[in-house]
Amino acid sequence: MDNLNNLMQGFVDVMDPMNLLLALIGVLVGTAVGVLPGIGPAMTVALLLPITYGMEPVQAFIMFAGIFYGGMYGGSTTSILLNTPGESSSVVTAIEGNKMAKAGRAAQALATAAIGSFVAGTIGTLLLVLVTPFVVDLAVSLGAPDYFALMLLAFIAVTSVLGSSRIRGFVSLLLGLTIGLVGIDSVSGQQRLTLGIPQLADGIDVVVVAVGIFAVGEALWVAAHLRRRPAEVIPVGRPWMGRSDWKRSWMPWLRGTAYGFPFGALPAGGAEIPTFLSYATEKRLTKHPEEFGKGAIEGVAGPEAANNASAAGTLVPMLAIGLPTNATAAVMLAAFQSYGIQPGPLLFEREASLVWVLIASLFIGNLLLLLLNLPLAPAWAKLLQIPRPYLYAGILFFASMGAYAVGAQPLDLFLLLTLGLLGFAMRRFGLPVLPLIVGVILGPRAELQGRRSLQLSGGELSGLLGGPVSYTVYTAVALVLVWPLIRRFVLSPLRARNAAA
Amino acid sequence: MSLRVNPVKDRTVGDTPGSRQGGDRAQYGVCVFLALLGTAVIVDALGIPHITSGTDPVGPRAVPLILGALLLVLVVFYAVDVARGGRGEPEAGEDVDLSQGSDWRTVLLLVGVFLANALLIERLGWVISGGLLFWGAAFALGNRHYIRNLLIAATLSLTTFYAFAIGLGVNLPAGVLQGIL
Repeated sequence: MDNLNNLMQGFVDVMDPMNLLLALIGVLVGTAVGVLPGIGPAMTVALLLPITYGMEPVQAFIMFAGIFYGGMYGGSTTSILLNTPGESSSVVTAIEGNKMAKAGRAAQALATAAIGSFVAGTIGTLLLVLVTPFVVDLAVSLGAPDYFALMLLAFIAVTSVLGSSRIRGFVSLLLGLTIGLVGIDSVSGQQRLTLGIPQLADGIDVVVVAVGIFAVGEALWVAAHLRRRPAEVIPVGRPWMGRSDWKRSWMPWLRGTAYGFPFGALPAGGAEIPTFLSYATEKRLTKHPEEFGKGAIEGVAGPEAANNASAAGTLVPMLAIGLPTNATAAVMLAAFQSYGIQPGPLLFEREASLVWVLIASLFIGNLLLLLLNLPLAPAWAKLLQIPRPYLYAGILFFASMGAYAVGAQPLDLFLLLTLGLLGFAMRRFGLPVLPLIVGVILGPRAELQGRRSLQLSGGELSGLLGGPVSYTVYTAVALVLVWPLIRRFVLSPLRARNAAA
Repeated sequence: MSLRVNPVKDRTVGDTPGSRQGGDRAQYGVCVFLALLGTAVIVDALGIPHITSGTDPVGPRAVPLILGALLLVLVVFYAVDVARGGRGEPEAGEDVDLSQGSDWRTVLLLVGVFLANALLIERLGWVISGGLLFWGAAFALGNRHYIRNLLIAATLSLTTFYAFAIGLGVNLPAGVLQGIL
C-alpha cells in the first residue's frame, strides 16, 4: 500500500504542466531520433542524454522516461517500414512486420505494434511497481560477495547468451573492463592506465564510451559501406486496425508481455529470447498458419509486446540492484551516475521521490506515446527518407556535442573518435558491442565488491563465496558456461539416437 | 576443419569484409592488438606501487594483472578460432552495402573533419566548429549542395547553441563569437 501512495505522489509530481511538457518533448524527440535508421533505443538514449545535463534530476528523469519509450517505439517503426531492426530485440518484429507492410498492411502493423507496446509497457511498469520492492528487500540483505557473483553472472550472460561467438563476446567484455580500469583506483588512490594524462584520472565517462561505440562507430561503419541507392520506404497512412486485427492481436500482446517481463527482470535476461519465444508460440497457436512468413499480425503483436515488457522488466534489476542487462539499461545507469545517483537497494530509501517520479513518468510517457504516435506515424515515416549524408553528419554533430558537454574538455572528443574507431573495428570483425558497455559500467563496481568481499575474509579467496545467493548465482554461471558442452556432447547425441530409433 | 584456412593470396590490407571465401586473416590483426593491449595492461599494473592494507588486502594491482592475463589467454583462443576458419559476421544494416569494399576515403575524410572539430572547438567555439563538422561530414559522405549545406549547418549549430548552451545550460564554448551570440 505504501508503494501505491508513493506512486500516487509520483503522479502528482509529474502532473505539473512544466513536467508534462518535458515528458511530451521527451516522447517526441525520443521517437524522432529512434525512428532514424541505424539508431537503436540505446543510441537514442545515449545521444539525447546531454539534453538533460542542465536540468534537475527529477525533470531529467521525467524527460528520460519519454525518451526511453519513444526510442523503443521509433525502433519498431523502422523495423516494420524498412526491414531494419535498430537493435537485436526488434529483429523478430521486422520478420512479419515488414512482410505486412509490403503486403499493404503497414498501417495495421504499426497499430498493433503501438497498441501492443502500450499494453505491454503499462502491464510491465505495473509489474515493476509490484516486484521491485521484493527485489529491493532481497537486495538489502545481499553482501559484497553476492553482488560480486551477480555482476559476474551479468558478464557471463551478456557474452554467452547473446551473439554467435563466445570468444568474440569475451573479447568485447575484456575491452570494456580495460576501459573501465582507466583512472584512479577508488580504494588505494593509485592511477591506472592513465598514461600520465591528468584528465584521465577521473576515468573515461561512460557516456563518451556509449556515444563513441554506438553513434560514432556506427556512423563511420556506415560511411565506409554506404549504400548509394537509398533503401525503399513503404508509404503509410494513419495506423488503424479492423475488428479481426484486434481479435488476432490481444492474446499475443498478453502472451508476449508474459514472456517479456520475467526475462527482462532476470539478471541474465534480455529481450532476444522472449521475442523469439513469443514468435514461436504465436506461430504454433495461430489460426492462420498460412500467413506466417507472409505477414501475420500475431507475429508483430506478440514479439513487440515481449520487447516492451522486457524493457520494463530490465528496470527491475537496474533500479533495485544496479545491474544493467541490456544496452539501454546500461546507458540509463550511466545517466543515473552522471547525477551522482547510484542505483541499488538504497536508491529507494535515499531517492524515493525520484524513483517514483521516474516510474510515474514511465506510465505517462507510455500513454503519451500512444496518443501521439498513432496520428504522427506518417510524419515519422517521412523521417526515414532523410538523405543519408545529412543523417550521418547529424549523428556525428550531435555525438560531438554530447561528448563535449560531458566535461567541457576537447580531450573527450579525441577519446570519442578513438572509441568510434574501436566501434568501427568491432563492427568490421563482428564483435558484439553490448558486453563492452556492460564491462565499462560494471567492471569498476565488480572490482570494488570483489575487494570488499576479500577485505572481510582478510584476503582469503573463500571470502568470495558469501551465502546461498552467491552459491545459486555461481551455479547459474557454471550452467551458462557449460551449456554449449552439454548441448554438444549430451543433447545432440541423444537427439541423434532418437532420430535413428 | 582446418581446410578453410587457405590464405587468399590477392587480398590486400583492408580488403572487403564481405568476401565470403577463405579465412578472414585480418582477424590476426585483432589478436595482435589484443596481445599488445594485454601486455600494456600488465606493464602498467607492474608500475603501480603494491599497496595493501588491512582494509584492502588485494591492492590496486591484482585486477589489472588478472585482466591482462585473461586478455593474453583469450588471444590464444581467438587465434585458434581464426585458424580454424572462425569469423565474425560484419554488422549489416539498412544503409550498409557489404558487397563492395570499404570506402576508406570517406572514413578518412570524416576522421579529419572530426579531428578538426576537436582541435578548433575551444578557439572558434561550437557554432563555427560544429557547423564546419556538419558541413564537412556531409561533404565527406558525398553531398555536393555546398550552399544549402552551409545554411543547414549554420542553422543546426546556432539552434543547438541557443537551445542547449543558453537554454538548458549545457557546456558548449562560444569561442571567438563570445559576446556576439
